[in-house]
Amino acid sequence: MQITLFITCYNDTLFPETGISVVRLLERLGHEVVFPLAQTCCGQMHYNTGYQQEALPLMRQFVETFRNAETICIPSSSCVAMIRDHYPKMAEASGDAALAEEVAALLPRVFELTELLTDKLGLEDVGAYYPHRVTYHASCHSLRGLQLGDRPLRLLRKVRGIDLVELANIDQCCGFGGTFAVKNGEVSAAMLAEKMRCVENTGAEICTAVDNSCLMHIFGGLHRQRTGIRTVHLAEILASDGSGA
Amino acid sequence: MSIRVGESASAPSFQQAALALLDDTQLRRNVRHATDVITRKRGLVVGEQADWQALRDAGSAIKRHTLRHLDEYLLQFEQAFTAAGGHVHWATDADEANRIIVGLVKQHGGKEVIKIKTMTSDEIGLNPALEAAGIHPHETDLADMIVQLGADKPSHIVVPALHKNRQQVREIFARAMNLPDLGDRPEDLTAAARRYLREKFLKVKIGVSGANFLIAETGGVCIVESEGNGRMCLTLPEVLVAVAGIEKVIPRFADLEVMLQLLPRSATGERMNPYNSIWTGVHEGDGPREFHLVLLDNGRTKVLANPEARETLHCIRCGACLNTCPVYRQTGGHAYGSIYAGPIGAILTPQLHGMQHSQSLPYASSLCGACYEVCPVKINIPEVLVHLRGKIVEEQSANVESVAMKAMAMVFRSPRRFEAAQRLGRIGQWPFISGGWIRNLPGMLGNWTAVRDLKPMPQQSFREWWKQREKSNG
Repeated sequence: MQITLFITCYNDTLFPETGISVVRLLERLGHEVVFPLAQTCCGQMHYNTGYQQEALPLMRQFVETFRNAETICIPSSSCVAMIRDHYPKMAEASGDAALAEEVAALLPRVFELTELLTDKLGLEDVGAYYPHRVTYHASCHSLRGLQLGDRPLRLLRKVRGIDLVELANIDQCCGFGGTFAVKNGEVSAAMLAEKMRCVENTGAEICTAVDNSCLMHIFGGLHRQRTGIRTVHLAEILASDGSGA
Repeated sequence: MSIRVGESASAPSFQQAALALLDDTQLRRNVRHATDVITRKRGLVVGEQADWQALRDAGSAIKRHTLRHLDEYLLQFEQAFTAAGGHVHWATDADEANRIIVGLVKQHGGKEVIKIKTMTSDEIGLNPALEAAGIHPHETDLADMIVQLGADKPSHIVVPALHKNRQQVREIFARAMNLPDLGDRPEDLTAAARRYLREKFLKVKIGVSGANFLIAETGGVCIVESEGNGRMCLTLPEVLVAVAGIEKVIPRFADLEVMLQLLPRSATGERMNPYNSIWTGVHEGDGPREFHLVLLDNGRTKVLANPEARETLHCIRCGACLNTCPVYRQTGGHAYGSIYAGPIGAILTPQLHGMQHSQSLPYASSLCGACYEVCPVKINIPEVLVHLRGKIVEEQSANVESVAMKAMAMVFRSPRRFEAAQRLGRIGQWPFISGGWIRNLPGMLGNWTAVRDLKPMPQQSFREWWKQREKSNG
């Protein structure tokens, strides 16, 4: 299958290893990955902060870039939620009927990484090997936005060598919330402290999730405190096969 | 017009107020404990209801339908209420509502009133208005009484004294009731409250209440409560004055079948409220001789006029969104500067004000969506928050943030500019990197590095890696 990757702006810039892992994983599973260089950002940060006018051209750009893609893979649940929940309304509000139609036609082809693997490709065991103690953080958008349910956990449970431990209060936000972490830095810090306590209590070495945004926030705190715990995007765990590549 | 939501017009910003509250370790522990307990109870009684999602749909549909025909249902309610012997008063804003209520109390020569818990009376600032007119209001809801006797402010729409634990309540009671030897067991405290309140119930001749639902079909006023103080206030006084927002109306008596399942389960984690009173007009030889109802607008018709956010008026004041909110959990309700705290307060307060005040509130959320998930009438609070942020951005003048956001949008609009920005950022970040990490950023971004490290941008972006690979693959 040909799979078109929307890496997202912040993964592209800050977490290239996540994108590289998605490519390695999908190729290992026998698929062809395409990466259109015209892509940039879905517009989520602007939209959620109140700059909806600025988000509109970014939606148009996304639609233009991916209109011919058969299957679109996005390793970020919050960007998928932005596209799925807000694009249809934005397109409708723009008064451009053709755009609204294109968005509607595009949505069924948009998959978050774990949706792609479990729903579209019907996989749980992707042949990964990852001999570490890991806990899974359910990001708000994966949990309540996309309703991913146990998809990420089903994939993780089939990873060889993994010691998967449950995170307490898994449905509680880590306090990132995009610009919230800066606009309400202190409250965000209090939320982060609670999340870090839960992560530390698992005894895990690694905290994983399907969103690098939350992980950047959680790791930012864990690293500042020198806890000896790091965060790793789920794609990187699934891409590991022990070959050291 | 004098639209007022408590004292929120003069309240400090959420960020400012939160700072001090985050240092109050006792308050934070109390809030965490109380919200955990209610959330757990709610989870149990919602979990046992197989048709919970269908009930939410029904609750939302009833509210949507009612709001669409609000004018008709209000008139129908007025007619039925009047036919049953009650008097309806229409109030445009807080001042008018207070004038009407103070006038009614004075007309009956009242020097005191007993009150059932009513957030709407706090919204209009009724207690200060009564006091200014020489009338003493006695709160009879236990939590409201704690707040009143402690000269405090409510921090939760259902459990206003949620931020106090029983040792603190003991102190308040011991001082206010002059009971230095009072114990701090729940039965000690409730017995003290009971003795204190019984005397008021028997003595005071005028009652003031809110309303949970106004039934258009019958003219009935529905009030649910847990302590029985409401039943006392509805039956013992000679004059009853209720105040309710115009959005409290529901079309039919049968709609209670849905609402009285949704409300108690969401609010207190109970299958049913211990006391459910439906009061229709006056009855010879039974209950109050006069029943007045003040129907309050105070900004609601303005909220109703905005199709993007009118669902805010669906709210049945259950407080479930406060209990589940991870932001409220850290700060408690006082940070919101409004008697309506938490996620619902963050969308309701600024809208009632016409976005003139409380502009920090729509940003007091990480948009985690927990509020929407628990809302019994399916108010999409995150979506309304984002809509309100858009309105604030539209009306603000240029500032550091708006300039930066617009510049970033320009960068994102072109892949070439985006790549150039990635390269620039990689160079620009050098002064901030120490020991391989960014630990101290200037300006607003300093809020990030205050407690979090930041990994520098790596030397190769994903797209650069991709291009290099394509090249070497030929």
